[in-house]
Amino acid sequence: MTYPEKNAGLEELINIARKIRLSILDLIYRTRSPHIGPSFSIVEILVALYFRFLRASPEQVLDPGRDRFILSKGHSCAALYAVLRERGFLTQEDLDGFAMNGGTLEQHPNIDMEKGIEVSTGSLGHGLSIGAGMALSGKVTAQNYRVFVLLSDGELNEGSVWEAVMFAGHHRLSNLIAMVDANKIQALGCTRDIINLEPLGRKWDSFGWHAQDVDGHNFKQIVQALDSLSPDQPNVLILHTVKGKGVSFMEHELLWHYRAPNEKEYRQALQELK
Amino acid sequence: MRASFFDMLVDLSKDRDDLFVLTADLGFKLFDTFKSQCSDRFYDVGVAEANMIGIAAGLSLTGRNVFCYSIIPFLVMRAYEQIRIDIAYHNLNVKLVGVGGGFTYGMEGITHFGLEDLALMRSLQNMSIVVPADLWEARKLARIACDYPGPLYIRLGRTGEPQIHEAEPAFEIGKPMILRDGKQIALICLGNMVHIGLQVADLLQSRGLSATLVNMHTLKPVDAGFIRQLAGAHEWVFTLEEHNVHGGIGSLVAEVLIESSYRGSFKRFGIPDLEKVMGNADYLRAYYGLTTEKIAERILTLLH
Repeated sequence: MTYPEKNAGLEELINIARKIRLSILDLIYRTRSPHIGPSFSIVEILVALYFRFLRASPEQVLDPGRDRFILSKGHSCAALYAVLRERGFLTQEDLDGFAMNGGTLEQHPNIDMEKGIEVSTGSLGHGLSIGAGMALSGKVTAQNYRVFVLLSDGELNEGSVWEAVMFAGHHRLSNLIAMVDANKIQALGCTRDIINLEPLGRKWDSFGWHAQDVDGHNFKQIVQALDSLSPDQPNVLILHTVKGKGVSFMEHELLWHYRAPNEKEYRQALQELK
Repeated sequence: MRASFFDMLVDLSKDRDDLFVLTADLGFKLFDTFKSQCSDRFYDVGVAEANMIGIAAGLSLTGRNVFCYSIIPFLVMRAYEQIRIDIAYHNLNVKLVGVGGGFTYGMEGITHFGLEDLALMRSLQNMSIVVPADLWEARKLARIACDYPGPLYIRLGRTGEPQIHEAEPAFEIGKPMILRDGKQIALICLGNMVHIGLQVADLLQSRGLSATLVNMHTLKPVDAGFIRQLAGAHEWVFTLEEHNVHGGIGSLVAEVLIESSYRGSFKRFGIPDLEKVMGNADYLRAYYGLTTEKIAERILTLLH
């Protein structure tokens, strides 16, 4: 199966990202949902994947040869939903039912392959193992799809992540690409104060992965990194990001892991994002 | 029993290139043939049960037919959340094969016992649960499991279990097997307790008590109609299992009976919460009263 080239240019990617942030703000504000901060920090990587790199399309959702994307940090799903909507996997009706009684989309992704949601996530530490299984399957059956897994930095506290890291390194699953949203803040504070992860890239390297440090809000760097993946090792992008990116009073603030903006905050955020 | 199950899988794998076997670094010599014949479909993932279940989910989501193996507590309890979400909730075609039901690992101690697995697995959605009673059933189950859609938990003993059948029996998931037809009491048995139950029935027969014996190998999906009918035709219903009495086959039968119009009597035989006592499997079974003589004696006391 071939996929239509999206191949969006840098300018287009930036414009889509702006649109996605507005959509996230709307979803969160309208439903008083949590996790706006960690949704804002992954906008660029999602946009780069879905509009440039991922060989997946709403017309061919069940194609066995499609690239897979797993949002292991499932709590940031408002960003995923907004991107899936923009890319045509989800309808506006789907988005309108987000976080509603009897609605469509929960506050953590629930498997629905026909809508581009490959796996149910929300409990941290599951996605990379599942991705490793998918990648292994592709290797053994000589299919050339790739598996992209987006994790949070706090998620790396889970031991199961490192089980998967060891497995993928040992079996040289080069079709597996992990991405760490290193926004440096986890549920109760700064990662460096709770469980220090540094030196993070070197940790992955030492497990047999090819690690690249990337500014997670810089499309040029993201594109460059995804264009220079190792062909014979599993790859990881350490995406240095800002929690709450795009809204001045949300940036680097733990509070926005939990809170939804009130009307005044919403208006200010809207102003800044437009 | 364990070897019979995997020997059958080796046979089946010749015609099925979608069959994968994962182990979390357990099963010494058990997989040698499978590994030599299907090296790219056998993976020892290392001592990492949670990862094994996630990998199985990923393999299954991309169309592979996966069997995961470990000792029961490590397979079921260490990786329970992965089983809950990645396998059961996703309703994936993954077979979880746990070895060492009950006190099988006796002297190795409580870390290796499988006494809570059925309770845990019963509450998972989409999960089917089957406990074969001897190696013939295990062989047949291996074949059935390959074509069984959805998650399936298979609880095995290890080795040296007494044989119930002399050849491969008619065995169907979800269909209880009546091994002895009697009149007064019904013994509903699970796994290795089927063998004990048959001896109990013989002993009771010699004391003038006629017992029906059921091999209730499938806990889920449960044939509730069968249980109601069985109960209606007997004055007493007993359940026998090498599992904690909370949440296993005894609980299952009790649930069915209490919601029916059953007015007869009922008693569970199983393992209570553990005391600080050690020994091999037979020693522990005897200590907790799961021997032919002790069960028969307790039944006779209850009836008289």
